[in-house]
Amino acid sequence: MAGATYKTPKLDELEKGPWPSFVKEIKMAARRSPMANDLLGQLEKSYTEKIGYWKHGGIVGVMGYGGGVIGRYSQLPEEFPGVSHFHTIRVNQPAGWFYTSKALRGICDMWEKRGSGLTNMHGSTGDIVLLGTVTDQLEPIFAELTATGFDLGGSGSDVRTPSCCCGKARCEWACYDTMAVCYDFTMSFQDELHRPAFPYKYKFKFAGCPNDCVASVARSDMSFIGTWRDDIKVNAEEVKKYVDGGLDIINNVVLNCPGKCMKWDGKKLEIDNDSCRHCMHCINVMPKALAPGDDRGACILIGSKAPIVEGALLSSVLIPFIKMEPPYTEIKEIIERIWDLWCEEGKARERVGEFIQRVGMGNFLEAIEVEPLAEMVAHPRENPYVFYEDYFEEGDEDEDEEEEEG
Amino acid sequence: MAVDMSERKTDFGPPHYEQFLPPIIKENYGKWKYHEVLKPGVMVHVSASGARLYTVRAGSPRLISIDKIRNYCDLADKYCGGYLRFTSRHNVEFLLTDQKNIDPLIADLKALGHPVGGIGNAISSIVHTQGWVHCHSAATDASGIVKSVMDELCEYFTSTKLPGKLRIALACCLNMCGAVHCSDIAILGIHRRPPQVKHDRLRKECEIPSVVAACPTAAIRPIMVDGNPSVEILEENCMFCANCYTVCPSLPLNDPLNDGVSIWVGGKVSNARHEPMFSKLAIPFIPNNPPRWPEVVSAVKGLVELWAANARPYERMGEWIERITWPKFFRMAGIEFQKEHIDDFKHAGLTYKRSAQLTR
Ligand code: SF4
Ligand code: SF4
Ligand code: SF4
Ligand code: SF4
Repeated sequence: MAGATYKTPKLDELEKGPWPSFVKEIKMAARRSPMANDLLGQLEKSYTEKIGYWKHGGIVGVMGYGGGVIGRYSQLPEEFPGVSHFHTIRVNQPAGWFYTSKALRGICDMWEKRGSGLTNMHGSTGDIVLLGTVTDQLEPIFAELTATGFDLGGSGSDVRTPSCCCGKARCEWACYDTMAVCYDFTMSFQDELHRPAFPYKYKFKFAGCPNDCVASVARSDMSFIGTWRDDIKVNAEEVKKYVDGGLDIINNVVLNCPGKCMKWDGKKLEIDNDSCRHCMHCINVMPKALAPGDDRGACILIGSKAPIVEGALLSSVLIPFIKMEPPYTEIKEIIERIWDLWCEEGKARERVGEFIQRVGMGNFLEAIEVEPLAEMVAHPRENPYVFYEDYFEEGDEDEDEEEEEG
Repeated sequence: MAVDMSERKTDFGPPHYEQFLPPIIKENYGKWKYHEVLKPGVMVHVSASGARLYTVRAGSPRLISIDKIRNYCDLADKYCGGYLRFTSRHNVEFLLTDQKNIDPLIADLKALGHPVGGIGNAISSIVHTQGWVHCHSAATDASGIVKSVMDELCEYFTSTKLPGKLRIALACCLNMCGAVHCSDIAILGIHRRPPQVKHDRLRKECEIPSVVAACPTAAIRPIMVDGNPSVEILEENCMFCANCYTVCPSLPLNDPLNDGVSIWVGGKVSNARHEPMFSKLAIPFIPNNPPRWPEVVSAVKGLVELWAANARPYERMGEWIERITWPKFFRMAGIEFQKEHIDDFKHAGLTYKRSAQLTR
């Protein structure tokens, strides 16, 4: 391997200890990659000087795509030439992050030839992140990726790569087929994913049940959380086995129920399903005894985001319950209406959640033609400054009555 | 660049997941009945058909080399017919049909330096961002703190002795690529010095109206400097969000003396019991102290162990604090309550205590 040999006493400290070490990973890659080697050098300098040495991202990409590659350049190209260009490629992961060793080896072989050999499995949005390559390699990388069946993910002001929990593939609680929906939406919105044309990013996350293993409520502009409408399924015998096995069902289950809708009389578990909030707690504690009902679908929430620009938001209810059955036409029509409105009236770098805060949820719903529902608010307004759009004038009332009669 | 566009496929999306599902999953897709945690990091899912699928979960540093991915592939080939998956928290999972393979696989993972755990009442891997390894915005490193914290908390990954689940996340600036704001413990890199205006570059690199518009607190004003248009920062209005820096590289906030870490507690995303909650500020500032950030590590460990010693079964950090109340939390944690703990952005008033229900 060409290039400098760096002394890295600070980073070496991070090779010790029981948790797997990212420094060992960089060193492994550095055995063959001068890029990874110079990354080590620059990182040691950051550890000494307590500051990063990366420039603002530049615009680079592959032909026909507006996203998927994030330009990255070192501030110290002379000192660390291997990282003078150190671009990131986002590769759209398969739904549920399932792989065969063959598919992963294909990516590794490509990345050994054409990049630093370093990756994130996976990035926060869900993509396979390939860390560190140069501009000239982008087209060959794209060609080899596509030859093995992989495509780029999103970046910039576009649909970001959708992600989902493993759902029906390995979870008894999945209330809809998260992987199928995630794949379907990813395919439907390829253009929006690859060509940024929005005010800002738009993320989809699909969780199969209210446990929300993919943090959709906090990390996606549109969160799909599986739920059910009918009664929780109870296997009384298995409940008894849990209790006989030592489960403190009163303290650990009944008193933890947010709907206060469970009763245990020493023999039988009673659930007042009308008051159940579908929180999953009792089912989580007794997976062998309880299960979500059979009338399953999803609750769709909108608008969560990290603090930038106007403060962090959690998603809030947009559609309390909907069956998740292909081809998802009703949902996609709502999405199109949301995008039309937000693209028209949203400000640059305004996430949809912030847009809703600015224009008001009521106005937003009206514009996308969704009826307001009590499920959408934690409580109705406390503030009496109501913006009525119309007022009555003398004579109006009579007309109204006439209309009703006629 | 000569690229033959006629041959070039675009917009065909990710590979269809079905080709990556092991036969046992294809056969039992949607038919799983229940699961049990057999031991730390190992669970079995049982299908209506009676089929049993064993999962072994191992921790990972997220930043991994292709060598490590190939190691994972070797293990998948050896024990799982070549199938494997990753979790939303960067763990790697091996899916087995033969129970006898569990222990040899765990032994091989240990030899590779990867602990098995993270299932049930345990700490899972820390969701985190790029830090000094790869980002221009970073107020701290990500991987180094995560490694140092997990070295100290590893026993809570490889056991299930905690009262409930504990989710830790780290973001190295307020952009929060990892959206850490709903974690039991969030470690967040922060800047504390207003942007330094590089007047000579700003003219060429940035559009002044969009820079001015980018500031949520109107702390940026256009001015003339030596006859050229530039901007000035009203420092007392700056809350160090770095929004301006995101749109304009000539306004760097990075500063070794002032950058560091804040610690937030009590957030959650799951709906189980309590609704999802934001994390709230516990420790406003700890200076960067690489390579091992000992002050951050001991603060996080202290919070984990305080919660573990006092929470009821299943109670997440935020549920526990809500029960005991925040003043008590500050006293028990030995954290001094300061001005910085009181919100002063939008809707701050909603966070004031508006009742006389106080504990002693
Ligand atoms: S979100 Fe629910 S359905 Fe999906 S993996 Fe988690 S527990 Fe299972
Ligand atoms: S799902 Fe939640 S709200 Fe419903 S019965 Fe169980 S614990 Fe109560
Ligand atoms: S959180 Fe901030 S510093 Fe860290 S990777 Fe994201 S943008 Fe960069
Ligand atoms: S850091 Fe944020 S608050 Fe400070 S000047 Fe920049 S945009 Fe305004």
